[in-house]
Amino acid sequence: MQVNGEFKPLIVAFCCNWCSYAGADLAGNNRLNYPAEVKIIRVPCSCRVNPTFILRAFQRGADGVILCGCHPGDCHYTSGNYYTRRRMAMLFSMLDYLGIERERTRVEWVSAAEGAKFAATMNDFVAQVTALGENKRLEDLRCKK
Amino acid sequence: MQRIGVFVCWCGSNIAGTVDVKAVAEALSHEPGVVFSTDYQYMCSQAGQDMIKASVAEHHLTGIVVCSCSPRMHEATFRKTATAAGLNPYMVEIANIREQCSWVHKDMPIGTEKAIILGKAAVAKVHLNAPLTPGESPVTKRALVIGGGIAGIQTALDIADAGFKVDIVEKKPTIGGKMAQLDKTFPTLDCAACILTPKMVDVAQHENVRIFSYSEVSEVKGFVGNFDVTIKKHARFVKEDLCTGCGACVDKCPMKKVPNEFNLGMDNRPAIYIPFAQAVPKVATIDPAHCNMLKNGKCGLCARVCTAGAIDYTQQDEYVQEKYGAIVVATGFNPISMDKFDEFAYNQSKDVITSLEFERLTNAAGPTAGKLLRPSDGAHPHTLVFVQCVGSRCTACAEKGKEYCSKICCMYTAKHAMLVRDKYPDVDVYVFYIDVRTPGKNFDEFYRRAVEEYGVKYIKGTVGKVVPENGVLKVQASDLLNNKQLHIDADMVVLAAAIEPDRSARPLATMLTASMDTNDFFTEAHPKLRPVESPTAGVFLSGACQGPKDIPETVSQAGAAASKVIGLLAKDKLMGNPCVASSNEAMCNGCSSCANVCPYGAITYEDKEFRMPDRTVALRRVAKVNPAVCQGCGCCTVACPSGAMDLNGFKNDQILAEVDAICK
Repeated sequence: MQVNGEFKPLIVAFCCNWCSYAGADLAGNNRLNYPAEVKIIRVPCSCRVNPTFILRAFQRGADGVILCGCHPGDCHYTSGNYYTRRRMAMLFSMLDYLGIERERTRVEWVSAAEGAKFAATMNDFVAQVTALGENKRLEDLRCKK
Repeated sequence: MQRIGVFVCWCGSNIAGTVDVKAVAEALSHEPGVVFSTDYQYMCSQAGQDMIKASVAEHHLTGIVVCSCSPRMHEATFRKTATAAGLNPYMVEIANIREQCSWVHKDMPIGTEKAIILGKAAVAKVHLNAPLTPGESPVTKRALVIGGGIAGIQTALDIADAGFKVDIVEKKPTIGGKMAQLDKTFPTLDCAACILTPKMVDVAQHENVRIFSYSEVSEVKGFVGNFDVTIKKHARFVKEDLCTGCGACVDKCPMKKVPNEFNLGMDNRPAIYIPFAQAVPKVATIDPAHCNMLKNGKCGLCARVCTAGAIDYTQQDEYVQEKYGAIVVATGFNPISMDKFDEFAYNQSKDVITSLEFERLTNAAGPTAGKLLRPSDGAHPHTLVFVQCVGSRCTACAEKGKEYCSKICCMYTAKHAMLVRDKYPDVDVYVFYIDVRTPGKNFDEFYRRAVEEYGVKYIKGTVGKVVPENGVLKVQASDLLNNKQLHIDADMVVLAAAIEPDRSARPLATMLTASMDTNDFFTEAHPKLRPVESPTAGVFLSGACQGPKDIPETVSQAGAAASKVIGLLAKDKLMGNPCVASSNEAMCNGCSSCANVCPYGAITYEDKEFRMPDRTVALRRVAKVNPAVCQGCGCCTVACPSGAMDLNGFKNDQILAEVDAICK
C-alpha cells in the first residue's frame, strides 16, 4: 500500500495462543514499539495454520506473512510446531517457485516471555518486506477495489 | 445474518490515548451485520458489562465484538457477560486493541486505523461463530506435588489438611530440599532444621500424603482433572518397608570415600547412606556407582549386618501409574556452577567456597560440626571476604552468569557475616556488593544490624581477582565510594553464587506442556493476577521454580498454590473446552491422516451407513473425534486432505474471514 508516496507493507502474523500471542501481549505490556503494518491473527497452535490461509493472504494483497509459534519442544500441544516447521518448509519453497520471495515468509519461535524478541522480529520482518516492495505475483486483481 | 453489537473500550487512557475510540466505534457501525456500536471508558467494569447486557436485550444482538485488551485478559469476563445476557458465551470475539495496538504504536491516526482493521476482522469472524456447548469431565481427587523441598512440603500439607489425597515425588532419597541444608534463616535467625524437620515429619505421617522419594516423574498424559502420570521409583536396593533406619549398615560399609552431596562434597559418606539424621523417609540407600557388591559382586557386608533383612541387591527400578486431578511443580533451585568464574579461583583453592557450602560449614550437623575452619587446613580463619552477585545481574557476561537478581543473596550474606562476627569477634569480615537489596519485612533492619552492631565491613565495589598464594587468598578489589583499589589477604572467600532453576525443570516442563521463560523458570498464567498457576490448566507453581524466592515467600506461594488446587479438586465436574475438532462425515473418506498427527489419540474411526443417490446403503469408514480428549490444537484440520476436519471456534472460514478483513 502506498501512503503519502511511501510504501507501507501489509503484514499478516499468525500467532499461537500459548506462546507467541502471549509474547505479543508482553511486547504491549512493556510498550515495545513495532510497526502498525503487522496485524495479528490468533490461532490455538501454529499447526492450525492451513497453507490456504497464507495463500489467501497473498492473494488478497498481503506483502508478507509471518507465523509465530512456541519454541521446538515447548509446544502447548507437545508436537504442533514440528508439523508447522515441516509444512511451512514445503509451502515456502513452493511459494518461492511461484515467485513469492523467501523474504516475504517467515516462521519464528517466540515464547510467552519473549516480548522483546517479538517486537524485534516484527521490526526486522517489516523492514525486510518493505525493502522488497509490493507483492504483485500472487495478488488476485479481482479482489482489488 | 447475525445482529452484531460492537463495544469499544477506552481502558481509561490506555487505549483512548493512542486510538480514537469514537472513530473506531463509528467506522465499525458501518460493517455488515453491525446493528449497534458504542464506546465506553471501562467495558470490563460492572457498568460496562451492564451496558452490554442491556444492548443485547434492546437490539436483539446475536453476536458481540469487544474491542479492548487481550483476550487472554478479559475474554472469560465478556463470555460471562454474554451468558448473563442470554447469549451463548462463544458468540463473543475480542479485538485486541490495547496490547497489540495502543500500547505498541504511538501515533493516533495509525493506531486508530489499525484498531478499525482489527475490529473489522473480529466482526467478520463473529459472523461465522456458532453457539458452542462445553462437555463435562470428571475430576480425579488427588494431587501430585513434584519436589519435596519446603515449597512441596507446605503445598502437600495444605492440600492434605483440606481432605484431599496428595503424592509427593522427590528425586533425592529424602525430602527437605535446600532448606534442610541451611543453618540459620534470615531475618529471625531461627535454625532451619528446627522449623523444617517437624514439617517433614508431619507430612510423612499425614494420612492423606504419600511420599515417593528417590523417584522421578517419567511421563505425563491427560489434561486438567485427569492427568495420567508415570512415576519412576529408582532402585535404592533397600526395602523401604523393612528398613528401620538404624544405620548399622552405614557404619559397617567399607566403601567410605564417596563425596557427600548433602555436604556439597566437603566430606565423605559410605556407599550405603542416609543423607542426614532427620531424613524422611529415614531409609538407607545404596549408591550403585560406588557399592562393591553392585559393581563386582564382592562384599555384601550391609546385608549381613541388617537385622531387618532390608537389603535387596536385585531391586529394579519400578514404575508406578497414578491418576491425578492437579499437578504442582515445586522443583526449586540450585546455585550455578562456578566453573566459568576462574577469577575467583574457586577450582584452585579449597578456601574459596560458595555460600551454600558456607551454610554447611556453619551448620552444627555439617562437616566441621559447626566450627568455622578453613577447608584447606582446618585452621581458624582471621579474614573473610564475601563476594555478592557472583553470576547474578550479569548483563555484560550473560554467557557466564544470569541477567536476573537472585534475590536471596544480600540477605543470606548479611546473615553469614553476622553469624561469623557473633561467634568469632576476632574475624574481620568484608562484604563486596553492587547494591544491597533488602526489601522485605524486617530485612533492612537486619542488614543495618550486621553493619552497625556487628561491624561487618560493607564495601561497594567488585572483586576483580582472587589469587591463592602461600596459603592466603590475595583479593584484589575496588572500593567505588572511596575510588581506590584494595588488596586484602583473606583466609577464606565466600561467593554468593547466582541461583538457577533445577535441571529437572526443563524436561518436566516439556512433559507438562507448561511454558518457561528464557531462564528456565516456569511462567505464570498472569504475572500479577495468577502468579501460582501455569498457563496450562491444572498445573500450578510453588516456590523457586517460578523465580528466585526466600523461605517466607516460598511458603506463602506454596499455600496459595494449595488453595488453587483445593479449589479445583473440590469440583466434581469440570467444564471442558468446546473449541475442539469435529469432522464432517459427508466429506470424510477415512484416510487416517488426522489420526496420524493427533497428539492425544482423540480420533477414532467408525463404519457408518450412508444413503447413496441410487437409494442403496453404503458402509463407509469415517473419523470421529472424542471431544473429551481433543485439546483443540487444530493440527488435524490441516492434515485433512478433503477438508472434512474443522476446529470449533477457529473454523477455516472464520480464519479466512479474518485474513480477508485484514487484507481488504
